[in-house]
Amino acid sequence: MTAPLVLRGNSWKFGDNVDTDQIIPARYAIYSLDEKKLGEHAMEDVPDNEGWSKKVTAGDILVAGSNFGCGSSREIAPVAIRSAGISAVIADSFARIFFRNSINIGFPILQSPQAAEAIREGDQLEVDLEEGVIKNLTQGDEYQAEAFPEFMTELIHMGGLAPWVRKRLEEKRAAGLLR
Amino acid sequence: MGMNMTEKILARGAGRESVRPGDLLLAKVDFAMGHDLTIPPASKIMREQMGATKVWDPERLAVVQDHFQPAKDTASAALGKTTRDWAREMGIKWYFEVGDGGICHTVLPERGLVLPGELIVGADSHSCTYGALNNFATGVGSTDLACVLSLGELWFRVPETLKFVYHNRLREWVEAKDLILRVIGELTVDGARSKAMEHTGEALKHIDMEGRLTMTNMAIEAGAKNGIMEYDEVTEAFLKDIAKRPYTPVSSDPDAQYEKVFEFDAEKVELSVAKPMSPDAYAPLSEVAGVKLDQVFIGSCTNSRIGDLRRAAAVLKGRRVHPQTRLLITPSSTETARMAEREGLLRIFYDAGASWTVSTCGACLGGHMGVLGEGETCLSTTNRNFPGRMGHPKALVYLSNPVVAAASAIAGEIIHPAEIMKREPIAV
Repeated sequence: MTAPLVLRGNSWKFGDNVDTDQIIPARYAIYSLDEKKLGEHAMEDVPDNEGWSKKVTAGDILVAGSNFGCGSSREIAPVAIRSAGISAVIADSFARIFFRNSINIGFPILQSPQAAEAIREGDQLEVDLEEGVIKNLTQGDEYQAEAFPEFMTELIHMGGLAPWVRKRLEEKRAAGLLR
Repeated sequence: MGMNMTEKILARGAGRESVRPGDLLLAKVDFAMGHDLTIPPASKIMREQMGATKVWDPERLAVVQDHFQPAKDTASAALGKTTRDWAREMGIKWYFEVGDGGICHTVLPERGLVLPGELIVGADSHSCTYGALNNFATGVGSTDLACVLSLGELWFRVPETLKFVYHNRLREWVEAKDLILRVIGELTVDGARSKAMEHTGEALKHIDMEGRLTMTNMAIEAGAKNGIMEYDEVTEAFLKDIAKRPYTPVSSDPDAQYEKVFEFDAEKVELSVAKPMSPDAYAPLSEVAGVKLDQVFIGSCTNSRIGDLRRAAAVLKGRRVHPQTRLLITPSSTETARMAEREGLLRIFYDAGASWTVSTCGACLGGHMGVLGEGETCLSTTNRNFPGRMGHPKALVYLSNPVVAAASAIAGEIIHPAEIMKREPIAV
């Protein structure tokens, strides 16, 4: 499953240090294998944000401040956001585990302090994932996201960590290196 | 140029002479951990998406039933069952059933499963706890864990390291928890993002292994990748009869590189809290004294080990929890519970009017057995108080050390424990 290279959608703005308990509260972690249900509760515990996932149109883009996704290691955080219909997250910066989890599941994330600051709620955006260019069609502006190291770009192209592991396992099997 | 402890462990795992911050590595993992929330997705990804049929090494994985176990409903029962069935099928050596283990981050150190010099990952953000035992330990998601289960290796970015030097000694009443809350207050929840926190200095010599684990436990609350401490007599004594494998400690070279060095005078650290709703909302206890409490929770992988319970019991002995406050105590592991029972602590807790639960993550993550309602205020010995963490997003959570928690349960409001100790114990 590889993401399309150019995404278009309207923005939803959030602040700094939005943690995973706000993105998907632990009480829903028992539904960790039910992506649809997770999507329905995405961003539910952000103060005054009840019913958010119902308002999202498929393809919309989430724009956040610094340290987005801090807190727990739950991989259902990016899964819930994706399942709510969000096509990509742009942030000033990402918390480490959220960053890894997103890359690993092939969910597009872009780090751009400039975009995170300038974009307003509801702005229409166009994101070129290959070039890391974020166009703000509403404001007529353009921002450049920070480039990922080569290995992470490779993972993103492959659709995440799972296909990479599958390939490596096959190589090891072929070389007779597995028990 | 020299390397620090974190860099040395990552270099060894990657089979390299040396590494520098920013390097991306594929490194061998010495030990891994998953629990009832993370094993179900990880085992599914491993099998269905990665095509692996076996775990790389069933003796190097711990599986712990702790987050929503004993099951609170049918959905969590299904997760427990998936975890249990999979662990059996894979022949996982270190499987901890309800009533056997307890909270993963207490169980692994107390069973000697996470050792100096090792590279450890756990599918839980507080896996950084183990670093107090002189290893590199970090939290990962389910796909990362599935990668380790399949291959025994994982990709890492070598972090920049922040060094912390703690001078002098903590004063009476002041604990490791107060020190780390103070540090996080200064760093902020973003301040060590993706970096290593290396804790050193004179003050640590006087902090026991439990207190050290409390400090590394909270590395993630500053956004850190890992927290790590030097190997010393305390580490050696702690591991003496329990280490499950031979191990080789690491130390930082004298010319090791650090992005920044922070110095703290431990003697100046006061009793501390984190105010709602962030672990970096630091305040000295005096600033919040008098805040009325609906619930006090002594539990979690941060602060409910046996020493924590002993110190809480010393305050609770012969006293009663305030009638408008409830006190919940959740031991950090079954072994902790057994010791508490043997030492007569349970009697003290029951006589004080506290409730005592099975060892589980439970209330800490708003899971079960102590979830907060709208508008309630709680003082908790846990690690994290973001909105919604312990229940309703409009519940207010303060974080403190366990002695402050016990004293405040008696007062019904946040209070300095010395104030409670002045009061004559009542005969119960």
